[in-house]
Amino acid sequence: MKPNDVILHSVTKVAVFIILTFSIYLFFGGHHNPGGGFIGGLSVASGLVLLYLTFDIETVRRNIPVDFKKVAAFGVLIAIFTGASSLLFDKPFLNQAFGYFNLPIFGKTELATAVLFDVGVALAVIGTAVTIILSISEDG
Amino acid sequence: METSMSILIGVLFTIGTYLILTKSLLRIILGTSIISHGVNLLILTMGGLKTGGPPLLGQHDTTFTDSLPQALILTAIVINFAVTALFLVLSYRTYKTLGTDNMDKLRGMEDE
Amino acid sequence: MSWLHLMIFIPFIFAIFVPFVYKWFSGKVHTGWFVLAAPLAVFLYLLKYIPSISKGETLRLDLQWMPSLGINYTAYIDGLSLIFGLLITGVGALVVLYSIYYMSKEREALHNFYVYMLLFMGAMLGLVISDNILVLYVFWELTSISSFLLIAYWYQRKNSRNGAQKSMLITIFGGLAMLAGMIMLSMMADTYSIREMYGHVNRITEHPLFLPAMILILLGAFTKSAQFPFSIWLPDAMEAPTPISAYLHSATMVKAGIYLVARFTPVFGGTSEWFWIVSCIGLITLMYGSVNAVNQKDLKGLLAYSTISQLGLIMSLLGIGSASLYFGYGDESTVYAFAVLAALFHLINHSTFKGSLFMIVGIIDHETGTRDIRKLGGLMSLMPISFTLTIIGSFAMAGLPPFNGFLSKEMFFTGVLTVFESPVFGMKSLSLLFPIIAWVASVFTFIYCMILVFKTFMGKHRPERLDKEAHEAPIGMLIPPIILSCLVIVIFFFPNIVSDHLLQPALTAVLPQFAGTGGIEVKITPWHGWSTELFMTLGVIGFGVLMYRSLKKWSPLYGYFPQALTLNGIYNHSLAGMERISLILTKQYMTGFVRDYLVYIFTFMIFLLGWSLWLSNDISFDLSNNAPIHLYEGGVILAMLIAALTVLFSKSRFTAIIAVGALGYLVSLFFVIFRAPDLALTQLVVETVTAALFLLCFYHLPELRKERSSIPFKLTNLLVSLGVGTVVTLIALSANNHRLFESISSYFEDSYTLAGAKNIVNAILVDFRGLDTMLEILVLCIAGLGVYTLIKLQLAGKEKK
Repeated sequence: MKPNDVILHSVTKVAVFIILTFSIYLFFGGHHNPGGGFIGGLSVASGLVLLYLTFDIETVRRNIPVDFKKVAAFGVLIAIFTGASSLLFDKPFLNQAFGYFNLPIFGKTELATAVLFDVGVALAVIGTAVTIILSISEDG
Repeated sequence: METSMSILIGVLFTIGTYLILTKSLLRIILGTSIISHGVNLLILTMGGLKTGGPPLLGQHDTTFTDSLPQALILTAIVINFAVTALFLVLSYRTYKTLGTDNMDKLRGMEDE
Repeated sequence: MSWLHLMIFIPFIFAIFVPFVYKWFSGKVHTGWFVLAAPLAVFLYLLKYIPSISKGETLRLDLQWMPSLGINYTAYIDGLSLIFGLLITGVGALVVLYSIYYMSKEREALHNFYVYMLLFMGAMLGLVISDNILVLYVFWELTSISSFLLIAYWYQRKNSRNGAQKSMLITIFGGLAMLAGMIMLSMMADTYSIREMYGHVNRITEHPLFLPAMILILLGAFTKSAQFPFSIWLPDAMEAPTPISAYLHSATMVKAGIYLVARFTPVFGGTSEWFWIVSCIGLITLMYGSVNAVNQKDLKGLLAYSTISQLGLIMSLLGIGSASLYFGYGDESTVYAFAVLAALFHLINHSTFKGSLFMIVGIIDHETGTRDIRKLGGLMSLMPISFTLTIIGSFAMAGLPPFNGFLSKEMFFTGVLTVFESPVFGMKSLSLLFPIIAWVASVFTFIYCMILVFKTFMGKHRPERLDKEAHEAPIGMLIPPIILSCLVIVIFFFPNIVSDHLLQPALTAVLPQFAGTGGIEVKITPWHGWSTELFMTLGVIGFGVLMYRSLKKWSPLYGYFPQALTLNGIYNHSLAGMERISLILTKQYMTGFVRDYLVYIFTFMIFLLGWSLWLSNDISFDLSNNAPIHLYEGGVILAMLIAALTVLFSKSRFTAIIAVGALGYLVSLFFVIFRAPDLALTQLVVETVTAALFLLCFYHLPELRKERSSIPFKLTNLLVSLGVGTVVTLIALSANNHRLFESISSYFEDSYTLAGAKNIVNAILVDFRGLDTMLEILVLCIAGLGVYTLIKLQLAGKEKK
């Protein structure tokens, strides 16, 4: 028996879109406002979990063919490599740098290696959270 | 505020500990969850409450609450999530494999 | 990193490559040929130091390791280090060569063997060349561990395992004692460098910790050098393959204790305690070893006891020589210093003849299949080269000319006679005992040396008792003992070359007051007139021959000694006793029930925290600097209490989950109130995901049952949890009222200039404490993988059930 969940489906489609947009905002705002890698990653994960709960796992997997274990590992690797990159400039491990640049559209923008590190954090969090939820829900 | 928070933390710890000492796996997990909330609040309270604005430099505040405990707690929350998940899955697996969630029955063999 | 440091690490570097070499060339080339390069290279490298060291120079090279703690790897080469370094690598090279023929490349796990051996070699080198006592300690323990692995090399045999365990227990016990002593020493001298300690001898001697530190360090030395009563591990260590025995017990492992005593003589020597303890333990060991050696049936056992006795001899000489420091610089001092020279000389000699003897015994074992003296006999015609080598080795050990053992034995007699002729430390009445014990022990030494030669090679050959047909060993196996035996003879004829180039510089290292003159004026000669020493030697020979002839008549006396009173008996009993007691104790509290362990942990926590709170007298309730509390905040607190109690008393799991979720959301409300926006956001999201997780899992788990437990069980739980709650509350209250120091957060408030970020919390996470965050996401990933494997990979155990 297939339950009639048209409302859930429709709402989720919109909600996930909003959640993901907001997560990205949270993530990039993290440098100056509340937010950052952990929060951004977790809210992306929660959006994805909502998708998995609403639609069945197979459907979502067909549309997002990503192995989230690898995402987690990739995140950790990014974090380590951004940390190690400072060694190339003869700075201690995990030394972060930042600077201000004039970009065409954004105007004067601050670019910091810390954001790259944060990308690693966010990916690790997303990967782990989704892996955990998926593994449990797949096991019947 | 600090005093009432301290008492609240104490109550959370008491309930959490009591749940951890019971025989049911579920209650133990719930207990660890409650204790972790207690710990987070404890760290925050120890740093001093409401001593200034939120630790954001863009705002108009000139004094800030202690930012270090917050950073500690942020990591603690995330780690706690992972640990809770691991706990849950461990107990779930235990139940599936051994067919019980009673700690009394899960003890090791006599001859070990 | 200097060449010298590199040389110390060469064995370790080789050890890394040994498994690969073994894998690539196994079956074609014996791995030993590759390994041989390591000791040979270091040996040749060390040789080049002889000219400068013999001029009285020393070399000190620093390698920064933990400069903030004052722990640096300082390599220091003086005469003493050089002698040991040459012995370790020289004998090491010969042993490796020997092992190439001894260890079959088809049957043995050579990669393990050579890795252990190189580890051991490197550890020994590091031990004798490092100046920092903590570095020295690290290498010291590394020798214990690697020798454990070597002794247990044939781990399939029960005796090997027991012997390895015994040596490990005893030497590690001594090592730990030594560590305590060294820490005391560094507290007294305020330095970790041995060389710098020499400058603070007065301060150390007057310190109340002087005697404890000395005894602890001596414990380390005595356990390692198998001195009485710690000697029992050495005979059992003979279960190791013979090349290892030859290496460990002739030149290296057991000599480490001698090295330690010699190295610390300038610090502790010159006091009566040091003199008495070292020389008396040495003499007792000498006696004990030689008497027991006579009674051995196994050739290696005989050599083991003889090693113990020879080590005792060297130790007692070092003890006697330490009196030289008491006299400062002068004639009397020189007389005693002669004993140290004798000790160093005998050290070298012992390595040569004992190394060769071990190798010969290995050959006998290899070619006849047994080491039992009762089965052997009449091998002279079958194994003529081995026979000659045995004669050289044993006669040197017995102290007969023309072998180097004769010279050092004579010098040993001179040493003990010195004590008799010019007594120190108020021992007029006892001083006669020194020469007497020395002489009696030498008689026994003579006897077991004769047993070694004549019972094995003379008499009637009885092939029916042997497992194999006896024949001479391959030439490769004979080369190492031949080289050592040649040294035995060469040193006899040219002792002063050794003395001038190696012994004198080492002497100045042990007795620094002679550093100015470059040693003592002495010529070692085989013939020095009809002296007392010569008569003593003649007496030893005469009486020894008589005793050997009548061996059958008096050897049954050994049987009268009660078995339970032997040192081994005591060791076994105490080991079994300890195991029994610890089993009883452990069974008391290891119930196998997790709840009990948690009760221990929580109770301990209550007492520890409560006690320290009580001690520091910090329990106080000061409500004055509390932040104001608003009505809605009170409401949130109340709501949290209700939620928590709901979890406690709920009968349905869904109520419990929802209550826990509510608790989490309330906590995030608190984060908002307490000006922590990042935390509030994180907590909200995490709580949502966790709730989903709980629901998913609980779907599969059974309903909550009512707890059916006894009243005492519940009462204990209640008491413990109340205790935890109270202590935590008290800590939280006290923490608020005692700000011991300013928060360090003011530094982070500068985050915009330091890290270009306005969100301080995030700046701390990704920049200031980036390493913590990095490790945290690593932990997160591991937890995720843990969950994944728990679910996806079915454990093999499930199929069994």
